[in-house]
Amino acid sequence: MILIENVSLSYRDVPILRGIDLALPKGGITALVGPNGAGKSSLLSLVARLQPLQTGCISVDGMPVDTTPSRTLAQRLAILRQDGIVASRLTVRELIGFGRFPHHQGRPGALDLALVDAALDQFDLAALSDRFIDTLSGGQRQRALVAMTFCQGTDYLLLDEPLNNLDMFHARQLMRSLRRIADEAARTAIIVLHDINQAAAYADRIVAMRDGRVIVDGPPAAVLTEENMEAVFGYRIRIEQIAGKPFLMHHL
Amino acid sequence: MADRRLLLLLTLALLSVLFFMLAGLRGNIAFVLGLRGLKLLALLQVALSIAVSTVLFQTVTANRILTPSIMGLDALYVFGQTALVFLLGGLGYASLNGGFKFGMEIVLMVALAMALLWPMLKLRMDMGLMLLMGVTLGILFRSLQALLARMLDPNAFAVVQGASFANFNALRTDLTLLGAIMTLVAVAFCWRARHRLDVIALGRDAATGLGVHWTRSAAGLLLLVSILVAVSTALVGPVAFFGLLVVALAERVVKTQRHAVLLPAAVLVAITVLVGGQAVLQHALGGASTLGVVIEFVGGLVFLILLVQGARK
Repeated sequence: MILIENVSLSYRDVPILRGIDLALPKGGITALVGPNGAGKSSLLSLVARLQPLQTGCISVDGMPVDTTPSRTLAQRLAILRQDGIVASRLTVRELIGFGRFPHHQGRPGALDLALVDAALDQFDLAALSDRFIDTLSGGQRQRALVAMTFCQGTDYLLLDEPLNNLDMFHARQLMRSLRRIADEAARTAIIVLHDINQAAAYADRIVAMRDGRVIVDGPPAAVLTEENMEAVFGYRIRIEQIAGKPFLMHHL
Repeated sequence: MADRRLLLLLTLALLSVLFFMLAGLRGNIAFVLGLRGLKLLALLQVALSIAVSTVLFQTVTANRILTPSIMGLDALYVFGQTALVFLLGGLGYASLNGGFKFGMEIVLMVALAMALLWPMLKLRMDMGLMLLMGVTLGILFRSLQALLARMLDPNAFAVVQGASFANFNALRTDLTLLGAIMTLVAVAFCWRARHRLDVIALGRDAATGLGVHWTRSAAGLLLLVSILVAVSTALVGPVAFFGLLVVALAERVVKTQRHAVLLPAAVLVAITVLVGGQAVLQHALGGASTLGVVIEFVGGLVFLILLVQGARK
């Protein structure tokens, strides 16, 4: 369980998060939605200890993120950042292999190598495995980064806009993979999503944020109402029911 | 493939060492070998510390063009030498206890490096801002040094000149043993961290996500860098472009940035260039030029080529 208590964050006196309280139990997919600048990415990077906490506390399975050894956390929690910049020149296989680093500390065993191969297959990257990351298209690079995050094999996955640059086929495939690990392996995914219909179709819970606050929180059917969406996004969105799921006509 | 290339580099390095030790051997052979051996030891140590420190520095700063000298470390060294001559006079400077002076130089340079880095680590200061600080401090020390040099008498100025340029002929062999121990300890730490270095090269956020304590690792590595630079500068004087030259060459030969390969490759290239170059200048060209000048010239060219290549990308 990830417990976020009274977390606020400001950057040069500009408030980014204001008193967030959230409890995310183990298992299932939680989608964070909201307009640009709502604080979704900041919240994820605080949970993943990429930024120091200013106020409040965050714990993962009872371990406070600011004092627990980084390696222990890396075995429980993996994060995919929005700006997937890779500083060094690596092949796809090498990059995905780094996902196993928290477990083997530089000496990969047979299990680690097998998991890397499985991730290559799962994300359609086997044919690209010896290509250098800087020669890939944006979508292919995004898939390699997602594969690396999956490969870390953690109970909690924090994904910041994982569908960036992905085509429809691979976006659907990624969401289905997440659904599968949530259902079969009881792993937990927390995803920042801009495509709200993906959230409606795959998430168990939607947390809608605006201006550093949680506006609504609950199962998709309860959150995705015209009133709530107007409060979050600032305009009226028509919502239809298609195949038993709410479908937002957000582009009209 | 990388292993075979590493073997090739090893052969080249061994050949340069053999050439350095055996070329033009005559007279009292035991005496000559002893003298050359001591000099070789100092050269090896300089090659090791500059190659390793440059690789570490480039990994931590995620920049393939920077070298530790950009942090103003060599400028501080020259300033320190000038200040000593200014305070003690040429004769007083020459009669200083070598070991004591060496120790003080190293402590001072490590202290400066940490003073530069501490704010960055505490305030999560931007790496670019910190490097700008390093460049600015470098200018400050160079200007102070120039001011002091103007106020010196010509004899003392000649002493300063001797101390402020890289000199591979007048090595401080008296300090070799102390320096060798420090270098080996520092290099052993780097070798143990080679897998962690690969992860650190991914960048701060990715490394943190993979369980590396970034602040602690970066501080430790930069401390190692400053110790290595201090040792090599105290031994031969400042060399700005040597590290850049050997790491760029090594990277192109082994074609990987994995530290388990890159670190030894850079060290072997450094040995080949330094020991081989010194031997060629001494025996084939009759000491026509000083190695420091040649290395800085070639290294400067490589620096420009890297800049142009980077701009084209």
